[in-house]
Amino acid sequence: MFYRENGQFKSSYASDLQMLPILQDRLFMAGLLVVAFVAVPLFVSDYLFLAILIPFLILALAAIGLNLLVGYCGQISIGHAAFMAVGAYSAYNLALRIPQLNFLVVLVLSGLIASAVGLVFGLPSLRIKGLYLAVATLAAQFFMDWLFARVKWFTNYAPSVSPAPIEIFGWKVDSPLDKYLFVLCVLTVFTLLARNLVRGHIGREWMAIRDMDVAAEVIGIRPVYAKLTAFAVSSFYVGVAGALWGFVQLGAWEPLAFDLNLSLSLLFMIIIGGMGSLLGSYFGAAFIVTLPILLNQVPAALGVPIPTAMNAHLESMIFGALIIFFLIVEPQGLARLWAIGKEKLRLWPFPH
Amino acid sequence: MAGESNARAARIGEVILALEGVSLAFGGVKALSDISFDVREHEVRAIIGPNGAGKSSMLNVINGLYHPQQGTIRYLGREYHDMDPHEVAVSGIARTFQGLALFRGMTVLDNIMSGRNLKMHTNILLQALRIGPALREEIAHREVVEGIIDFLEIQAYRRTPVGRLPYGLQKRVDLARALATEPRILLLDEPMAGMNLEEKQDMCRFILDVNDQFGTTIVLIEHDMSVVMDISDRVVVLDYGRKIGDGTPDEVRGNRAVIDAYLGVSH
Amino acid sequence: MLKKHWPVILLGIALLVGLALPLATGASAPGFYIEVLLGGLMTGVLYSLVAMGFALIFKASGVFNFAQGTMVLFAALAVARMAESMPLWVAILLAMGIMVVLAFLIERIVLRPLVNQEGVALLMATLGVTYFLDGLGQIVWGSDVYEINLGIGKEPVMILQNVFEGGILVNKEDFAAALVATALVAALAVFFQKTPTGRALRAVADDHQAAQSIGIPLNWIWVIVWSVAGFVALVAGVIWGSKLGVQFSLSQVALKALPVVILGGFTSVTGSIVGGLIIGVGEKMSEVFLGPILVKTFDLAGGGIENWFAYVLALLFLLVRPEGLFGEKLIDRV
Repeated sequence: MFYRENGQFKSSYASDLQMLPILQDRLFMAGLLVVAFVAVPLFVSDYLFLAILIPFLILALAAIGLNLLVGYCGQISIGHAAFMAVGAYSAYNLALRIPQLNFLVVLVLSGLIASAVGLVFGLPSLRIKGLYLAVATLAAQFFMDWLFARVKWFTNYAPSVSPAPIEIFGWKVDSPLDKYLFVLCVLTVFTLLARNLVRGHIGREWMAIRDMDVAAEVIGIRPVYAKLTAFAVSSFYVGVAGALWGFVQLGAWEPLAFDLNLSLSLLFMIIIGGMGSLLGSYFGAAFIVTLPILLNQVPAALGVPIPTAMNAHLESMIFGALIIFFLIVEPQGLARLWAIGKEKLRLWPFPH
Repeated sequence: MAGESNARAARIGEVILALEGVSLAFGGVKALSDISFDVREHEVRAIIGPNGAGKSSMLNVINGLYHPQQGTIRYLGREYHDMDPHEVAVSGIARTFQGLALFRGMTVLDNIMSGRNLKMHTNILLQALRIGPALREEIAHREVVEGIIDFLEIQAYRRTPVGRLPYGLQKRVDLARALATEPRILLLDEPMAGMNLEEKQDMCRFILDVNDQFGTTIVLIEHDMSVVMDISDRVVVLDYGRKIGDGTPDEVRGNRAVIDAYLGVSH
Repeated sequence: MLKKHWPVILLGIALLVGLALPLATGASAPGFYIEVLLGGLMTGVLYSLVAMGFALIFKASGVFNFAQGTMVLFAALAVARMAESMPLWVAILLAMGIMVVLAFLIERIVLRPLVNQEGVALLMATLGVTYFLDGLGQIVWGSDVYEINLGIGKEPVMILQNVFEGGILVNKEDFAAALVATALVAALAVFFQKTPTGRALRAVADDHQAAQSIGIPLNWIWVIVWSVAGFVALVAGVIWGSKLGVQFSLSQVALKALPVVILGGFTSVTGSIVGGLIIGVGEKMSEVFLGPILVKTFDLAGGGIENWFAYVLALLFLLVRPEGLFGEKLIDRV
């Protein structure tokens, strides 16, 4: 009885086209934003910021990026961490060599550089698809791994890089709370932009290519434009996420920080969270970030001690099992379960 | 009835589409052999023939999905034989598919809106911000799509994912999406396959309305002879990739070769 | 024909030129060159062993088994650990049994529910299997480095001393590996061509539904295919493990097999061999001869070309000839 659309009639296309047409959804979103921006900073400890919230937000950004490409446009990529690396190293080099640049500019420029690289490695998608494309994207991963490890200029001739702390218009972003708020702002803006893209005609183009590319061509959609823009926008998001990951989360990193494991983690996030859903990207990121911690705390709390060496292996097994579980039971991931929940809520307390 | 078809006949204009000597082969299999026929503006042209005669292949050739080894297609004064499908779409030829090619991950509304894509041109940055021109464009095209939704009477299903609709309604959405591209020529590949009598009547009505109200030239592949005889102005008959008949429904009905083809007389 | 295949021909010429350059320019002694070549061939054979597993599974079930590498590791771990307390050949037999059980479980739990989904979903499912097996293998068998002792001496042998100055160093183990791989391929060929099961497998690879309609039990076929792939993985694991030691990085080496199947064609066992040899030789050659040049020209930190050569080559192939050298051409009908 709470979640009803009754009485919420739209009298113009503009109002029907708004992002959250149902009043209850708007209230929920407003509440969420209040919690995120106000309540969390007041009540949450530094540890939670560093261990959960900040990585969650940054990985959600990366997951959104990957989701745009894989979930919305149907182009598979299992080497996406390579573009995070491009973003991170671009940001590092820009901040290092042109220190006068505002960090926000650095962030956007890194995204654009990652976008350009992503565009190049997205060219194979014009000729091949499915798992052949997957293997091609691995080429990107390994090549980038090698590039940043061997071409010493990128790392300023050091084995690992550690950039200076971020400063924007005089605001020093170095406490956990500062970092959280900064990343949260970036996330909010970028999520909004992504949502608009997905609702616009480019989003429909992407989904058309995903669902049936032959039919899409026949109604006048150019596959080249759709696929390349998907790669470009996706790599932009992922590049910015990479820069944030390096600067905010890691602080200092080596090339292996952006290896195949990270690529596969991103893929897991969107499979478990829900492909083709921005909300799913958030769910997936939350899942990946909290699972290791749960694995650490829960058995100990239950009195069943597990040696820490085994933790990583157990995590591996659980990931694997969950991937298979979700693929079989709910291929559309947690986002679909959420949607089903909402539909049930619409009818509540009636059964149907 | 005679008055109606006379009025229709009066509206039929010049030739806007012509296939000349089109031959298509896959490996060793010849799908089309030396096909030539034309289509006049505003007419309803039917393509009939036994299964495997090459009818869908012919539509695919017109669409640019298949590129014929020989022959050309003349459309609006331009000759082509290897245009890309999306160029063909942009130049005004739309199509529905026999096996429904709807975008299953989207709602009815989104499917039809995707038909407007070839007319939407605001750049990505503006779309991301969803202000000014991008928003206005979205609203303007939404209006057009709503007009089509009204026309085909599918208002109640706007937000339904297409996969959940019954077959007859899905076919209507397919038609709506093709109409959204504002085509001059509409290629319909067995639009009434799998429908019951009532659905067929509805679909016939819609097709004729499209031809009447929008002046769209219709080329349709159809197996139901009563439909063909009823609504088409001229008919092309294919068999084993060759043209064996071309003319008004009455002319074709009496054609010996056509009768033989359908009765399976070997020749 | 030239017009249609020009990219592949160009690529082939480039590769051959690259191959001949070190010898032609006199940059290396012929004997050393042959050593590197042989080393590359041997590595290539090992890649082929792993790639064969991929090709088999893809051929018969249309599934791309990302987990093949992990299966190699799993089998190797099983053999290595069990051989600590029993004769090697018993360990190998038992490990084979384990792989069959594994095949059965994978077919039941992973493949059967997903049979109607498209290839990418199945690929991701095998990704899940990879992670699962990685974790399970290391919990059950442990995560140290283990040894497999095949009883073949590890000392290299000097041959052809009278033809080339200083002779050529050949590794006995590698040689044995090449022999085993050849025997395996011959056995597989016989299996596919001459036995009823093999014919059934080929039928299934051609058309699932048609095969079912003539009474071939799809599920059993898949169990058999995955078992055969498991067997191939076992052989690969034992050989690789004896050469490199059984450790986690073994499953990563198997990732190299992906470019091999791209080159050779996803559905071709012959292709796996040819592809493996090309990549093995190409990698070694570029690492040894091209590497130092790149390091000097671009002031790089060390070589590591081996890490990406295979993938970039595969990428080029994907662009000009996605079906590989021996694979079936993919036709998209509307």
